[in-house]
Parts: sequence; C-alpha cells; structure tokens
Amino acid sequence: MDINKVQSNEQIEKDLMPRAFGPYGKLWVVFLLFIGGIGLYYYVQQLRHGLVVTGLRDYTTWGIYIANFVFFVAISLVGSLMSAVLKLTNVKWRTPLTRISEMIAVAAIMFAGLIIIVDMGRPDRFLNVIFHARIQSPITWDVIVITTYLFISMLLLYLPLLPDLAIMRDRFKTIPKWQQKMYAFMANNWKGTSEQHKILNKSVMLLSVMIIPVAFGIHTVTSWLFATTLRPGWDSTNFGPYFISGAFMVGAGAVIATMFVFRKFYGLHKYITLDHFDKMGRLLVLLSLVYLYFNVNEYFVPAYKMKGSESAHLKELFTGAYAPLFWSVQIGGMLIPIIVLLFKKGRTPLIMFVISIMVIVGAWFKRFLIVIPTLHHPYFPMDQAPEAWSHYTPTFAEWCITGGSLAGALLIVTFLVRYFPIIPVEETIEEQKGGTNELNIERGYQPQIEKI
Amino acid sequence: MEKHIIEPTNPRRDFLKTAAIGVAIASCGSALCSCNKSNSNSEDQVVLLSPEGELVTVDSSALKAANKSHCVSGEASRKGIPGKKFVMVVDLARCKNAQKCQESCDKNHHTQYPKEYLKVLKMQDNPSASPYWQPTMCFHCDEPPCVKVCPVDATFKRDDGLVLIDNDRCIGCRFCMAACPYSQRVFNWGEPEKIESEITCKSPEKSGVNTTMGTVEKCDFCPDMVREGQMPHCVSACPNGVFYFGDENEDAVSNGEDTVRLSKLLADRAGYRAMEDLGTKPRLYYLPPVNRLFPFEDAAETEEDHSAN
Ligand code: SF4
Repeated sequence: MDINKVQSNEQIEKDLMPRAFGPYGKLWVVFLLFIGGIGLYYYVQQLRHGLVVTGLRDYTTWGIYIANFVFFVAISLVGSLMSAVLKLTNVKWRTPLTRISEMIAVAAIMFAGLIIIVDMGRPDRFLNVIFHARIQSPITWDVIVITTYLFISMLLLYLPLLPDLAIMRDRFKTIPKWQQKMYAFMANNWKGTSEQHKILNKSVMLLSVMIIPVAFGIHTVTSWLFATTLRPGWDSTNFGPYFISGAFMVGAGAVIATMFVFRKFYGLHKYITLDHFDKMGRLLVLLSLVYLYFNVNEYFVPAYKMKGSESAHLKELFTGAYAPLFWSVQIGGMLIPIIVLLFKKGRTPLIMFVISIMVIVGAWFKRFLIVIPTLHHPYFPMDQAPEAWSHYTPTFAEWCITGGSLAGALLIVTFLVRYFPIIPVEETIEEQKGGTNELNIERGYQPQIEKI
Repeated sequence: MEKHIIEPTNPRRDFLKTAAIGVAIASCGSALCSCNKSNSNSEDQVVLLSPEGELVTVDSSALKAANKSHCVSGEASRKGIPGKKFVMVVDLARCKNAQKCQESCDKNHHTQYPKEYLKVLKMQDNPSASPYWQPTMCFHCDEPPCVKVCPVDATFKRDDGLVLIDNDRCIGCRFCMAACPYSQRVFNWGEPEKIESEITCKSPEKSGVNTTMGTVEKCDFCPDMVREGQMPHCVSACPNGVFYFGDENEDAVSNGEDTVRLSKLLADRAGYRAMEDLGTKPRLYYLPPVNRLFPFEDAAETEEDHSAN
C-alpha cells in the first residue's frame, strides 16, 4: 500500500464508505437516466417495427450493436486483469483498484448480454437459445462463457465485499431501514473470525484462478463469432489474441479513467496516489505494445500479400472510405498513448485521463472497424442490391439505443459506488497495519496476513 | 442408360413424377413394368427406365406420387423426401439475363425487390474475359456454413440435400448471413407485407409463405413443387433452359426440355461449383459461359450509352 501518512481506521472508514450523491452526482444520475430513457424509447420502437429502424440491411447485417457488444465484452476483461492476473502475480498496489475493476466488469458484461438481445431480430424467442441449443454454434459457446463469467465476476465483487458489508451493517445506524436490511442481508453473518477469513481468502484465490481461463474464453469466443466465418477480413487465426490484447488495453484505460474521476469527486487522493497512476500508465504501455504487435500481424501480413479477396477490404481501410477513421483509431487510440505514457511526465493524472479517454473511444471505433467494413466486401458483387446497401450509416435510433446501453452500464457502476465502498475498506486497514493491530482485535476484525 | 424419354405433353411435370417413383420401380422391378404395359391405352403415359436399363412405357395413372400432401411441416419437413439428393445445374452459356426466373421466384414466394431469393449477377472473371450473367441462389451446400453456426437449429440440412429455414424458430441473430460466403440469405428487417394467398401452411418447405418479421429467408429449391411432381419455379420459368434440376441419386437432371445424365453433363461441359476452395460443397453446379447462345448485353449500360450520346 502506498499511503504516505498512516491513517486512523476511523479516517479510512470515513473516507471510503459510500456517501449519498452530491449535486454533481445527482446531475450525473439524471443525465444517465435521460440518455438511458431515450435509448429505451427507441428500443420500444424497434420492438414494434423491427430492425428496419436501424441502418442495417442485407449485406451489412451486423452494425454498431455488435461493435458495442464486442466493446462491452472487451471492457469486462478488466475485472479479471486487476483482480486475478495482478493478484496471482502478487502485485500489491492493485488493492484500491480491484473493486472499481470488478464493478466495471459486472456492469459491462451485463450490458454485453443485453445488447446482444437488442440485436436479435426476435428477442421474444430468446429462450430458443436454451431450449434448442446446438453446441456447435459459437453463439451457444458465447452464451455459456458469458453467463459463467458474469457469475464468477459477481462473486469476485461480492465476496471481498463481505468484511466491508459487515462494517456497514455494524456502524451505519442512521441510514434508511431498507439499506440497513440490505447490508445485514448481504453481510450474511460475517463476523470476521480467522476461520471466516481463511475461507474467504481461499475462495477468492480459487475464483481468481478460475476467472482467467473464462476471461480468455469470453473474448476468444467473441472473436470467433467473426473468425469462424469465411469472410475476408474476419477469416483470421490471429483474432483470438488480437481481441484479448485489445481488451486488456481498453480495460486498463477504463480503470485509469474511473480512478481519475473518483479520486477527484470523492477526494481519494490519499488512497489513489500518483504512484498508482504511474503504475497504471506503465501497465497500459505494456498492454498497448502487445496490442500493437497483434495489429501488425493482423494488418501487415495480409497487406503484404494483398490476396484478391482481402485486398478490397484492406484498401478500404488504408486508403478508402474508412481510412480517416482507421488511421485516427490506430494513431490516436494506440500509437499516441504508447508514446505519451512512455515518458514519466506523461504519467500524471490529468494527461493520463485524457489518454485513457482516447484509448476508450478509439477502442469503441476499432470494434466498429472490425465488424462493419468486412461486410461491405462479400465474395459475390452487390450490384443487384440498392446502392444504399453498400454503405452503412447507423440511424439516430440506433445511436440512441447504443448510447442508452452505455449509459445503463455507467448507471450500474454509479449505483454500485453509491451503496458500496469503491476501495476495499477492510483490506486497506489491514494492509496499513501490516496485519498486527490491537485495534482490529478490539473491534472484532481479526488480523489477516495475505499469504499468496 | 442414356436418357429418360418423356412424353411431350407436360415434360416438367412428368419428369419429376418419374423421379418420384424411381425408388418404387427399383424395388418392385419388372413386375410393375409388365402390369402397366398391359394397361397402356390411357392418354397420359410416361416412359420410364427400368432397373435393368430398359425403357418402358407406363400409364401415369398407375403411378403413385411419393407424397402428395401440400403442407409438410414439423419433423417430416426436417427429414426430406426419402431417397432423393436434389441437385441443380445452371448453364451460364444460355443465360441472357431475361430475368424470368427472378420474376417467377418473386411471384411464387411473395417476395419483392430488394428482398429476393434469386439474383442474376453480372460477372467478369478477369479484365480480359468477357462479362457474363450468373444467376445465383442458395446453393444448398453439403457442408453448409450457415447450418454450422445456427445456434437454435432453425436452419438445417435435410437428407435430400436441401438446406431449409424454420421461420418459427429463427431468433434473428443473422449469424448465418455472416457465415454464408455467397450472400444468399435475406432478412425481414421490418414487418413483411401481408401476402394474399390461400395457402396458410407453416412449413420450412414453403419459403415466403410463413414470412415473419425478424427472421431469415432464402431460396428453398421449391420442395413443395417437387413434392407435387413439378419443377422449381425458376426452372420452369426460364425461356432459355438455363436451369437443370434433378436427383443426383438417379443421375438425371432436366431443364424442362431435355433430360440428361448429370454426370455426363458435368463431365462434358466442365461443370464447376462456386468457390470450390471454401469447402462448402454446393449442390448447385455451373456450366461455364463458353460457346454462348447470346452475346453479352447489359440493358442498364446500353441505356446509359444512349443517354450519354
Ligand atoms: S438468423 Fe435464424 S437461421 Fe440464421 S443463424 Fe440465426 S437463428 Fe439460425
């Protein structure tokens, strides 16, 4: 832990425990509800009139819903990165960031599932996916891994919350009845005995190991939705690692952005320090370099060969209609972040916040570029179809629904933060005291030494 | 076994009847042939090929079509017509983009531009080669990529070779459209227009009849017509005999005028399948556009030329 001055436990609790929304918080929630409400309105229109309200047509059959789906799945990988990969590699500074990451992960994966239902022509028949499931379809695999991932992520969010829930149960006496009840229910008889700590540590450890293959699974299977087809641009064996590396990169970007926002609005400077930004900056550079490597493989090798069926697709990206977007995303969303963050001066909170927004926006449009242009280059010519079908312009309704889903995911994060501490309180206390403290025993919270 | 010879009255209809009873003859052999010979004074007669390779004339009233029912749904529609392996051959040398196939297909499947099961594409293999017209439709592949990816078995492969869609099960994920390298699937983006038809059959064999919002459709090789002993609509509509349809098990295909041996036709005319290297094994063969019946003309281009002058 990198807390410069040792804080008293009361201070830590006061700083980290959830608080009611301030005026900005309220405004933020109203804003998200507004965007989400518009999205919902247009989704009802879509349910009534069909997918005709979108810019999708035969040939361009998948659009920004699917791009958004891939984006959500990608972002959700951050949970496993921060709470599992860094835990298993024994990185200590991650403690204040794990919960934010898990919250983002749970919100993102929930909306990944929702947006895929939004994309379905017949959402009313969704249960066919279970009743008539066929195991050879990558969609079935996706349904299986996404539910598994959602489940494990929720556990990874919930279990480490237990000690904090107990604190809230025991100390928050002035909050509304339902909230007291909720904490009591969720704290589930947590007393903080060493026995309970042992079980908790073991389960979290087990889940951390389990979530890594599942995390790789969700994004690899998501990439296979494309890679298992025969289309130029998608027909690539590089897609699995390409997607995974991109996902870790945008996930790290999302953590940085959230870190910045909460640090600022919740005054968490003591807990999320400059050192955290520095470390996250280095991590982001590393992850971006890995992503860059897979990008080179994905684009350079086919471009070198310029195979007939691929060339139309590649030319459209490099010099054609999608070139401005393609180069902005590659340069602004990948190269510039790498360069800036390589310098120590670049790894300061505000610059990193800007960079992380570039990474996130770039990542969203990168998914757009992965999903859509390929569909404009089928093997057979499209000349019998109406001219308009050879382009794709998302409609207003489509943007609103997509925006609504993003707002919804942010709303979930916002409410989780409203009712649960974003930084693990108990763990922070423990780490600060190095595990031996009379105060803890006095209050009934047993000392706990992390043995990894 | 050179040819099936068919009475000229209604060749298309009879050919398929022949096809439908092929199995029956094979099992009862010459007994059936003799009994029909004695009874051959009715007008509607067909000449059939016996298992021994002899041509015999048979009264068509003595023949029972395999299955006359109009609406085959449920499990039966997922099995296919027993003993059959349907196949299509498209002779590119004869196509002049008359678009009769497309019109007939649209009319009978209640579809409308731009949602069409059959498209005639203008193709040019390389800059020096002359362009040609290529009718395309679902190829009913033996290794169908669309069937592989469907999560709910809404699109399926039958024993008789057909790939069909159950519009009551499809969830509209459009994965099959992404998977089909030939772009032959169409989607009901909005509520399809109510069709005026007395048929209310909900069967994967009646594409276009049971059309519903948010589901995919495509060419089905008209199994309803085939069950009635008739040719798919495009085959009978084409004035130039471009389309040959038949049964691979019988090694016979017909374009309505000529009935020929499939293997010989493909061997003699260098039949090929679209994008063989993708490994989809289409059930539709093309005969290359050599020694063409018509010079290539593009109505759209000629119009443009006129207006430019
Ligand atoms: S759109 Fe329908 S037929 Fe196609 S894969 Fe999805 S469920 Fe199957």
